[in-house]
Amino acid sequence: MVEWTDSERAVITSIFSNLDYEEIGRKSLCRCLIVYPWTQRYFGGFGNLYNAETILCNPLIAAHGTKILHGLDRALKNMDDIKNTYAELSLLHSDKLHVDPDNFRLLADCLTVVIAAKMGPAFTVETQVAWQKFLSVVVSALGRQYH
Amino acid sequence: MSLSSKQKATVKDFFSKMSTRSDDIGAEALSRLVAVYPQTKSYFSHWKDASPGSAPVRKHGITIMGGVYDAVGKIDDLKGGLLSLSELHAFMLRIDPVNFKLLAHCMLVCMSMIFPEEFTPQVHVAVDKFLAQLALALAEKYR
Repeated sequence: MVEWTDSERAVITSIFSNLDYEEIGRKSLCRCLIVYPWTQRYFGGFGNLYNAETILCNPLIAAHGTKILHGLDRALKNMDDIKNTYAELSLLHSDKLHVDPDNFRLLADCLTVVIAAKMGPAFTVETQVAWQKFLSVVVSALGRQYH
Repeated sequence: MSLSSKQKATVKDFFSKMSTRSDDIGAEALSRLVAVYPQTKSYFSHWKDASPGSAPVRKHGITIMGGVYDAVGKIDDLKGGLLSLSELHAFMLRIDPVNFKLLAHCMLVCMSMIFPEEFTPQVHVAVDKFLAQLALALAEKYR
């Protein structure tokens, strides 16, 4: 089980309570598809991904980014058992979506960059440590049921 | 994954914009590396204080950033231009190359924090590729 200090819980809760899911979700997924273009392989049915500009204007991608970010809410609400909280989602990504779990790390890194841009100096060292710890637990849980 | 000429121009342009804050970015990036990835402190056991924000960490971050800027100037031949730095890292420092990626990530986070408008996805991909090429050039002499 992952141990969280009170300060880490406070940091994570604070980030989520101030989060614009539409803005950050859209920006993070778009950034992932642009910076790591091989991730586009999972979005064949999402319309035009021809270049950075079309990706950034794509409404299906924007909606999906929001959906992914809301998926993190479950981890926030169950920080003491993220592993089991995501067991089903992990199976889904493995068996139905066939997503290489390394992509979770790539998206997590893009999410971190986008949140850093949004928060600026408020994204302190301590904030980054807690945030990346949270994301690495999520990433690990999502990869856990692969077989 | 080599850089297109457009991406090389993007990197040079962004680093030029960044130059007034390059010391801060270097210092912050190394601080964040040792904080977020504490195993990296293993390379700094010879310092009295390797904690994030400490004087030796900040100073060394600035040194590293200076090296990165130097590499921007050699962007057309990183392997050739960074030969002696590669020998240093391979034979003396012997830093596991996986750590270059971790530091690159921390640099990208700092760039994003300090230049949120300029660090667009297009700039991000160009800089990420550049840092990856830099890491490859640094690891060239490892084996």
